[in-house]
Amino acid sequence: MPSLITTSALQGLVPVRHGALALTDATPARITSVAPFKGREADVAQALKPLGLRFAAPNQVVEAAAGRCVWTGPGQAFLIDADPAPLTGLAALTDQSDGWVGLRLSGPGAEDALARLIPIDLRPQVFGAGSAARAPVGHMLSVVMRAPEGIEMLLFRSMARAAVHEIGVAMAALAARQQA
Amino acid sequence: MRLSGGLLDRSSRVDFTFDGHAYQGFGGDTLASALMAGGVRLMGRSFKYHRPRGVMTAGSEEPNALVQIDRGSGRAAQTTPNVRATMQEIYPGLSARSQNRFPSLAYDFAGINDLLSPFLSAGFYYKTFMWPRGLWEKLYEPLIRRAAGLGALSGRTDEDPYEKAWAFCDVLVIGAGPAGLAAALAAGRAGADVILADEDTRPGGRLLSERLEVGGRSGADWAASTVAELDALPNVRIMTRTTVTGAYDGGTYGALERVALHLADPRGRPRECFWRIVAKRAVLAAGALERPIAFADNDRPGVMLAGALRSYLNRYAASPGARAVIFANNDGARQTAADLRAAGLEVTALLDVRPDAADDPGAPTFAGAQVTGTEGRHGLTKVRFRHQGRLHEVVADVLAVSGGWNPSVHLTCHMGGRPVWDPALAAFLPAPGAVPGLSVCGAAAGRFSTAACLTDGAEKGAEAAQALGFRPKAAEIPQAEDGAYAIRPFWLVEGKRRAWLDFANDVTAKDVKLAAQENFASVEHMKRYTTQGMAPDQGKNSNVTALAVLADATGRGIDATGTTTFRPPYTPVSIAALGAGARAKGFAPERFTTSHAAAAERGAPMIEAGLWYRPSYFPRPGEATWRAACDREVGYVRAAVGICDVSTLGKIDIQGPDAGAFLDFVYANTFSTLKPGRVRYGLMLREDGHVMDDGTTACLAEGHYLMTTTTAAAGAVMRHLEFVRQALRPELDVQFISVTEQWAQFAVAGPKSRDLLNTLLDAPVDGTAFAFMACGEISVQGVAGRLFRISFSGEHAYEIAVPARYGNALYRDLVARAEAMGGGAYGMEALNVLRIEKGLITHAEIHGRVTAGDIGMGRMISAKKDCIGKAAAQRPGLTGEREQLVGLKPVQPKHELGAGAHLFAPGTKADRVNAQGYVTSVCWSPTLHTNLGLGFLLDGRARIGKRVRLVDHLRGLDVLCEVTDPVFFDKEGGRARA
Amino acid sequence: MRITCPHCGARDRREFYYLGAEDYLHRPAEDAAPAAWDAYLHLRDNPAGATRDLWYHEQGCGAWLLVTRNTVTHEILGVRAVDGEATE
Repeated sequence: MPSLITTSALQGLVPVRHGALALTDATPARITSVAPFKGREADVAQALKPLGLRFAAPNQVVEAAAGRCVWTGPGQAFLIDADPAPLTGLAALTDQSDGWVGLRLSGPGAEDALARLIPIDLRPQVFGAGSAARAPVGHMLSVVMRAPEGIEMLLFRSMARAAVHEIGVAMAALAARQQA
Repeated sequence: MRLSGGLLDRSSRVDFTFDGHAYQGFGGDTLASALMAGGVRLMGRSFKYHRPRGVMTAGSEEPNALVQIDRGSGRAAQTTPNVRATMQEIYPGLSARSQNRFPSLAYDFAGINDLLSPFLSAGFYYKTFMWPRGLWEKLYEPLIRRAAGLGALSGRTDEDPYEKAWAFCDVLVIGAGPAGLAAALAAGRAGADVILADEDTRPGGRLLSERLEVGGRSGADWAASTVAELDALPNVRIMTRTTVTGAYDGGTYGALERVALHLADPRGRPRECFWRIVAKRAVLAAGALERPIAFADNDRPGVMLAGALRSYLNRYAASPGARAVIFANNDGARQTAADLRAAGLEVTALLDVRPDAADDPGAPTFAGAQVTGTEGRHGLTKVRFRHQGRLHEVVADVLAVSGGWNPSVHLTCHMGGRPVWDPALAAFLPAPGAVPGLSVCGAAAGRFSTAACLTDGAEKGAEAAQALGFRPKAAEIPQAEDGAYAIRPFWLVEGKRRAWLDFANDVTAKDVKLAAQENFASVEHMKRYTTQGMAPDQGKNSNVTALAVLADATGRGIDATGTTTFRPPYTPVSIAALGAGARAKGFAPERFTTSHAAAAERGAPMIEAGLWYRPSYFPRPGEATWRAACDREVGYVRAAVGICDVSTLGKIDIQGPDAGAFLDFVYANTFSTLKPGRVRYGLMLREDGHVMDDGTTACLAEGHYLMTTTTAAAGAVMRHLEFVRQALRPELDVQFISVTEQWAQFAVAGPKSRDLLNTLLDAPVDGTAFAFMACGEISVQGVAGRLFRISFSGEHAYEIAVPARYGNALYRDLVARAEAMGGGAYGMEALNVLRIEKGLITHAEIHGRVTAGDIGMGRMISAKKDCIGKAAAQRPGLTGEREQLVGLKPVQPKHELGAGAHLFAPGTKADRVNAQGYVTSVCWSPTLHTNLGLGFLLDGRARIGKRVRLVDHLRGLDVLCEVTDPVFFDKEGGRARA
Repeated sequence: MRITCPHCGARDRREFYYLGAEDYLHRPAEDAAPAAWDAYLHLRDNPAGATRDLWYHEQGCGAWLLVTRNTVTHEILGVRAVDGEATE
């Protein structure tokens, strides 16, 4: 049986490097949106425990070996990488794996570059380990997360090219300012 | 002339040009200081009278020395008009030009305006050029506009980079003079996140311009060491060349940073950055601006503000002349005299309007004297003054004037605060609490001595930090001068000749008096009548003096006269900076489908659908027009099979025990009865009874639905659904999320669609079991997908969905298979024709003013349940006689129709009164070999078979049409069910 | 202008979509008199002072918010999610 090949929305777009900053592909292997049904919040928490995760509180990302759980709105989180099977029947589970691209901006000054696009305070003392936010990147909806190696953003797959372009412009402008 | 000393970097010589002549300056020079050092006094021509003008200030408030800066060459040549020479740092190769003159700065033909001045007084254009009326727009206004003015734009798009950015802090300190430095130090030492912003190239403010000591060191040294300490604090960020331009709600401040305007080669740096700074607290330490005194011919090059002269002498080591007269109403005159002497220049007279002024030890002092006039065509040569009733005349090339200082209260006015008049200081002070979270210190608060600035700044900085929970320690205030501010209000030397108030807009004291005389006595009316304060400097140099003159003219005090307010921005902000990031595509991100590359490879022109890009048609060699391609693609679907990417339609995954009830509430028709594996068309109303959107919703499983919306309304529908769930029906247990991006979905439409799918799917589709409006899970070459038997073309058709990563591969595969079967890809044009032939609606029809009844779907509003829009749909006006959706067929099939045309009964005049409807969609139908239209016609359904006139005055159309049912093709729908 | 979203914290006004008056929360019953529907849909106060209106955190968490603010001073007096949580 022939099989359909896959195409990454970031193909040929990343990595982008300017100065000490690098923009790379951080698209998770799997994303499932989890929205607990009424009264099932405790059951969802219980089901996440064996994964080493908990249902993320607002503006939080929780990380464990199995994956991550990031808050994406009231009563809703994205389960990243981990298998959502244990949550079946407890929450509305929707496969989002193909809907988003992940971009990671790393290097000193990543926050400064993103200050050109994201209207929230991303400095480490405010947006440190475990921080996440729903915030726009330019005009694009996003889930922004602090990651060990920089800041990660989930963006609509269809906007991958626009997102890489806009972040690239911000990176280049910052790098230009930093040159001797 | 160039003096010794100053804060210049003498090791770096900078060559530049002004009006084509070569000049040299040093690192640290502004264009104004370098020109002054090079002996240039004449730097511009005034706005209206084209009077010769020289530099008057040393800061961003400069009204006279406005120049044009050129950059680039050839096609990339750019020019920036109205640049203040006092703010432009020189760089190697800088090319500056004077403005508003022809043919040259020294010989300006329009200088004739000055002689015509009796006819050009305030409001002249209301009086002089009123007749004949018709000439105003054609002749007078263009003439006046050409004669009056400043610099000119290049007329080319500015391709250079600009940027916008956000910054956040605990305490924003605005201004880095002694008060601002002290405030930043206090807040920074306490641990608060501080941003210290200053519009100058280096922090220090007046400390850089005055010969004074702070803590036993020169002011400039103290500033430098304080900056070094601040720099070492990780929680302090110093932003130089950054003007805070506005104070806005919620602690948001706008600021313009000049990033690369001082660089010969920016090497990719943005020219400017517009910052939005969000601060929990702010300290305004913006200092004060000196104001002139108005007297006859007070605008000649060489006449300048005394504090500015001190800046040029002490900081820039430049002087506009060797012999100076000082004219003042305050003690600052003594410092000016001392500084002039220290620079080795002569003070020929010190004129103090105060009769009791003490003699200055180093200068001939004339207490109670007033300047009565000046001479010098392109620069000051003589000063005349009256002293004890006698007229004197002295030779001078510099006249330093001080009428006192105006605290820079501007930002405190940006949220409606009105400054308060302080008679002792003869100045307006900021209204307390005018901007929530902002305190004012130092000269901006009327505390003028250096010691007062340092003390006040430290206090306000500490208070700001303390308010945020930090614990500032008591600061040691260094020793500094603490002189009292002794001033006697004095505004205008009365006389017959013109005395300028607003230099930038050429407003004289006479104009203000004329305004008062003609009963424009309110300060706001005076401003608009005379244009006082409306120039690029926004009255920074002149407003207070002008309203003092107005107060005198009307016999009211300054207090009662009040002041006009200051609005953002504090200094001009380029549109390029404000619009940074929004140029070209930056304004709206592009969304691409997974089939975009494949469509582009086929040469398909793209059409924008919201943010999405969709192929219009797929041209083939030999096809002369888009119509040829479109007709061919329609044929694919009617005769074989066509493929179209429909992923852009909004897709919403809805789950939960109450999902059915939720759908029943948001849709006019019922969905709770829909069985798993079935799809239903749904009509969504707005609460006001009009149609909001339509689409199909599939029941994937018990309590699990997939809603589709139109491409255009996807965002609005999501917002609406969230509102209904959160605000109106929070009791429902329902969850939903957009899956538009998750699924790549393609229409496979046409009589051979099932045959095509059965070559592709892992298990074949059974036509009977998988009937019209069925849905289910499928497997495509091992990939789990979904199949929907729905049709937007009226043909036997499917939509096949796979996770987006497979979209590119599946689309290419589908098109290849379709081509092998005599079909192929079709674009938006063909899709549009197919749906018009079937009378299917889009947002061209459901444009916001139509009801379910108008489109023939009134009976879809279920009587058995409540839904959004149900009550309003029944109100008078939305029922009864209305314009209804009909088909339109030209009596002569070849006659083209036009969308937007209006409909009239035959034999009536085609005007507004007789209009009976309008056309929403038109096409050529290659299937029926006729032009077709959809439109809304008054009582249309009753008029089927009758005729109407279709008239489009813009396109010159007048076509007789037959009114038909909106469904032109396969009215019984047999083809879709086949 | 900044609005403190009960979920996300203080955010710039540009992240929010403005709908209109609080009235939209008080939907009449299906069979309410036409006057009630008219009032619900169309009749609005225009106060100088405190007003309550609906904003949607469209570029953020998607919460619908009831914002109490002063139309004269622009002061935001309170924000709460229409389905619960409040801030300020």
